[in-house]
Amino acid sequence: MELVCPAGSLPALKAAVDNGADCVYLGLRDETNARNFAGLNFDVAALDQALKYAHAHGRKVLLAVNTYPQPDGWARWTSAIDLAAERGVDAVILADLGLMEYAAARHPQLRLHLSVQGSATTHEAINLYRRLFGVQRAVLPRVLAIQQVEQLIAQTEVEIEVFGFGGLCVMVEGRCQLSSYVTGESPNTAGACSPARAVRWEQTPRGLESRLGGILINRFSAGENAGYPTLCKGRFEVAEDVYYAIEEPASLNTLELLPQLARIGVRAVKIEGRQRSPAYVAQVTRVWRAAIDACRANAARFAVRPEWDAELRRVSEGRSQTLGAYHRPWK
Amino acid sequence: MKLALGPVLYYWPRERLLAFYAEASSSPVDIVYLGEAVCSRRHEMRLADWLATARRLLEAGKEVVLCSQALVESESDLRALRRLADDNEFRVEANDMSAVSLLAGRVPFVAGPHLNVYNARTLALLVRLGATRWVPPVEISRAILTAIAAERPANLEIELFAYGRLPLAFSARCFTARHYNLQKDDCQFRCLDHPDGLPLRTSDGDRFLVLNGIQTQSARVYALLGEVGALADAGVDIARISPQAERTFDVVQAFHAALQGQRPAGASVRELAGLLPAEPCNGYWHGVSGLEMVA
Repeated sequence: MELVCPAGSLPALKAAVDNGADCVYLGLRDETNARNFAGLNFDVAALDQALKYAHAHGRKVLLAVNTYPQPDGWARWTSAIDLAAERGVDAVILADLGLMEYAAARHPQLRLHLSVQGSATTHEAINLYRRLFGVQRAVLPRVLAIQQVEQLIAQTEVEIEVFGFGGLCVMVEGRCQLSSYVTGESPNTAGACSPARAVRWEQTPRGLESRLGGILINRFSAGENAGYPTLCKGRFEVAEDVYYAIEEPASLNTLELLPQLARIGVRAVKIEGRQRSPAYVAQVTRVWRAAIDACRANAARFAVRPEWDAELRRVSEGRSQTLGAYHRPWK
Repeated sequence: MKLALGPVLYYWPRERLLAFYAEASSSPVDIVYLGEAVCSRRHEMRLADWLATARRLLEAGKEVVLCSQALVESESDLRALRRLADDNEFRVEANDMSAVSLLAGRVPFVAGPHLNVYNARTLALLVRLGATRWVPPVEISRAILTAIAAERPANLEIELFAYGRLPLAFSARCFTARHYNLQKDDCQFRCLDHPDGLPLRTSDGDRFLVLNGIQTQSARVYALLGEVGALADAGVDIARISPQAERTFDVVQAFHAALQGQRPAGASVRELAGLLPAEPCNGYWHGVSGLEMVA
């Protein structure tokens, strides 16, 4: 099972490689990828350095080109694919059908991964991408229970990658337009959810208020941990009850499921967080490397060590964790 | 331009649905979309019921399309999808890639609003797989739609979501069940109590979203009646009206009157304003935040 780690910068990539990532995924510095944040990501020179460093250590680099090109920007997205092929990226992670068709036709040697943004939740969907474009790996949206993942794997020859740790989208990836409803930018079109430029913080007599595009997302009393106003993670009122109506800030953590994921044939585990610091990448990669190695050595006796759990908890959103959809009662 | 009645996105009791479609059969809509697009637990209508309703609408002169579910998770979801795909009596609206996979190369289908189609190349590929009509994602703007429509393959129809609360997101998690502290698997079908969804407000009282089981909608009502001329110019062939709990057929009449040119568009827009269950919005069409209302 491969460990696939995030990098939003060259130091983060080195942290991932140095701490045991098998693959590092990254994006270019524009809206062709789903973490299009200011100050983040790679230009061509940084990409070359990333490839050199990772390949010198025998690791792979995956380029996420996983937003949906629109008519006026088509050439920007195809250039990203061409660049990946020219520079020797090990695989591209794509969501758009048209772009996959382009990549498969223009660069038949380039390995294709279906992005989580492609929203493929069944073997029927994944096998279509295989038939049409020869896709070799698919990343599953965070919506399936573990039994459903198992059934899916049994019915496809495409390698399956799942999310193991990090910020949790409660909505199906690629099926959420909440951000564009409020800010005009969505993950599908602009590679951004709840963009920072739309955020306003204001201290009021009723508490510290966070707004996104003018919409009140949360109000914190003194001493409360004030998290980023991702709009599905706000406190709202439903039938006179104010609560986290959609999702509490929490991180997905599936470390305890590792032996099961290995047994059912998951080929890769992905760590979320290209927007996070090199220190986060180092810490999470180190823990997961140790856990995967322990599981591989003896799956039957695998147990989450308290120090792993403590370390991951420190970097979890809202300091809390969930098994998400893998565990049915979450739904 | 034709008028279509989108699928009922809420969970209504069977009698209410049957009465709604009886009214639809004598309304001036050309196309009716049937079926459960949101949640596999909803069972007031079985496939046989939908097919019987479809045949009645067909006899009344309507074109009928059956909708597939937007989020397909389980083997039983897939079985339901195969039954839909194998029924050659009516065209199917594909709302995820599993549906496209089952329909591709076999029968013509409608590429639904929950497929991610944002460029002409992707659209052309779906047409080669058998799509005969395209319903763009609700967030599409006039500029992008116009550019894609200019390159559209021959004989492909374009249908735009033109009225109703916007279906914005899907989740594995049920937010209605969550509100009642129930698990999805034991939701007690609380959606039945909310024929227009469960309203969600911000802490300062803004009507923001509507929870509809695993689907999240806008609280504001997308209303493009004032834009029907621009829709036609952009290449839209069909305007979709998404059913709301109240006065849907009055809205249909207002669109119909505007499309027939029976009334100046301004008069229809004023009439529509009195029919809306919430504030209107049209921002997506104008390329800005969806919740905005551009005059």
